[in-house]
Amino acid sequence: MPDFEPVLTANLAKPDGHRLAVYEAGGGYRALRRALAELAPKDVLEQVRTSGLRGRGGAGFPTGLKWSFLPADHPGPIYLCVNADESEPGTFVNRVLIEGDPHQVIEGTILSAYATRASTAYVYLRYEYPLALARLEAALAECRAAGYLGRNILGSAFSLDIFVHRGAAAYVCGEETGLIESIEGKRAWPRIKPPFPAVEGLFRRPTVVNNVETLACVTHIIDRGPAWFRSIGVPPDPTNPRDPGSFGPKMYGASGHVNRPGWFEAPLGAACRELIDRFAGGVWKGRRAKAVVPGGLSTGLLAESELDTPMDFAGPVRAGCLGLGTGCMIVLDETYPILEFLYNSCRFFAHESCGQCTPCREGTQWALELCQRIRAGRGRLVDLDLLAEIGDSIGIMPGTTICGLADGAAWPIKNALGKFRDELEEHIRTTNPSGFGQTEPVEAMEFAGREPRMNADERG
Amino acid sequence: MTLDNDILDAIKSLFPRYPTRRAVVLPALHVVQERLGWVPPAAVVEIARLLELAPAEVQDALSFYGFFKQDRPLGRARIWVCRSLSCAARGGEDLLAHLCARLGIRPGQTTPDGRATLEVAECLGACEQAPAVLVNQTLHGNMTKEKIDALVDALE
Ligand SMILES: Cc1cc2nc3c(=O)[nH]c(=O)nc-3n(C[C@H](O)[C@H](O)[C@H](O)COP(=O)(O)O)c2cc1C
Ligand code: SF4
Ligand code: FES
Repeated sequence: MPDFEPVLTANLAKPDGHRLAVYEAGGGYRALRRALAELAPKDVLEQVRTSGLRGRGGAGFPTGLKWSFLPADHPGPIYLCVNADESEPGTFVNRVLIEGDPHQVIEGTILSAYATRASTAYVYLRYEYPLALARLEAALAECRAAGYLGRNILGSAFSLDIFVHRGAAAYVCGEETGLIESIEGKRAWPRIKPPFPAVEGLFRRPTVVNNVETLACVTHIIDRGPAWFRSIGVPPDPTNPRDPGSFGPKMYGASGHVNRPGWFEAPLGAACRELIDRFAGGVWKGRRAKAVVPGGLSTGLLAESELDTPMDFAGPVRAGCLGLGTGCMIVLDETYPILEFLYNSCRFFAHESCGQCTPCREGTQWALELCQRIRAGRGRLVDLDLLAEIGDSIGIMPGTTICGLADGAAWPIKNALGKFRDELEEHIRTTNPSGFGQTEPVEAMEFAGREPRMNADERG
Repeated sequence: MTLDNDILDAIKSLFPRYPTRRAVVLPALHVVQERLGWVPPAAVVEIARLLELAPAEVQDALSFYGFFKQDRPLGRARIWVCRSLSCAARGGEDLLAHLCARLGIRPGQTTPDGRATLEVAECLGACEQAPAVLVNQTLHGNMTKEKIDALVDALE
């Protein structure tokens, strides 16, 4: 890993780093002052585009390109939604950013609203972040008093207000159109796209949805310039014309079986193993890793032999994972059963499926039931084939669902079966010695049972 | 009226934030549940009247989020125990079982004395402090059975 100056996390260790005075003393709101005085909105957009910034919310979509989809000369209003729903299991760095340095996120939000000509921004904050809520509301109040928010910001013609909208404990609200429906006061059912939010989003108006960390990056791009941003990270792969590269700093997290769970900042592209050893103290109890979830549960599994994978947007994909995701790694040590990983994952997605699409609603539930059966010592080898079939057939990628939740449900299944099938087969053979070869579906389904489909305490 | 003037004013103060009344549904439900401890069916009708919606529209949104309670008020402490992967890998499920036994209830239930409602949570976004538990507005990280017991002892 090359020498590197952390910027996203620079304020986090300062006493009172969440207060306006401390933020300003470290150069805070300098970029906003300069942009409002010297740059037109299209210049800000252009700087973000040339920086190569890609969304940190999981999909890695180029931010400048997303903004450029907004209709030109729209009379408005245009909306900006800050995605702070952060519910991808294993992920917590947006929380750390908002709690520790809310002004960095707010400055990026104001700059991004200026670039996109948005007049109102909503921060969709998950319910379970009460400290982040308090810090954010306090910081917004400081901004209104200091003239960074409200009418004619810093004497310019630009006006903006930012409101916090609290979630209510549903993962699918993080999907951008589920988020929009939820703000509109409806059930958070993701919308069929197109139309994309940039054309018809919140309240049927053009809307941009960006992740907390993406917006924090915008602050530094405008402050330090796109060339600085592109000097960090990984350039495009010349053999792949569709790879826009992975530029900039990234906030990573590590949890699970490590010595020092926590967060840290590194250039995009640092190797998974290096991050775990250097920043998280390595695998706990002197053990080896069995597998690592690279960036939130949806992204699947890297096997131990794949831990030199670079943690950029392309690395985990090359290793068969869904993607970089959120960059928050979950380490599982050599003693942790892959079946337990699979069960935990299937239970999560069955619980969080919004139920609109049959393949997702039914597929996640059946996958959970198959895991329950195997865990109960009634597994059959054919159950692994059924699981694989579910993994291959639900999601946007096979084209059977409205949103990406189902792809996120599929990848852990695909990777567990693709990379650890021997372990799962061994488990089935030893726990069900007389029945592992059975194939008749009827008797097997009897156990999984329809009553209740999910145990009461699993339904939550 | 189930909703007193304070509650109605708190909801009305949110109107200027949104271009539609309907967008106030979720914030209004939060206000009501925070102040009353639940959202009784009568409150749904009153929220709907205030927001110029059909009660079914409010009920539809409410029922999507398992978060709002309609059968009875929540306990004074709502205890969310995370069961997602980072916590499960560090003993989260054992904690949950321990709490069930200690409180004598299952997830989703409230103790008869109204002290606590136990809930399973999916990832609380505090995985670096796994296993994590959220009690009302306070996060408790790196939980052990001993720490949970101390928490329960301190409940009012
Ligand atoms: C089921 C699901 C959940 C998601 N949850 C989040 C989330 O909590 N936070 C987030 O920023 N993006 C989440 N996303 C991605 C968003 O849909 C969207 O791509 C993102 O907010 C765009 O921001 P970015 O371009 O800045 O990354 C989720 C996507 C899906 C399919
Ligand atoms: S894929 Fe799943 S979560 Fe997404 S809209 Fe369809 S049913 Fe809902
Ligand atoms: S998995 Fe428990 S807080 Fe994230």
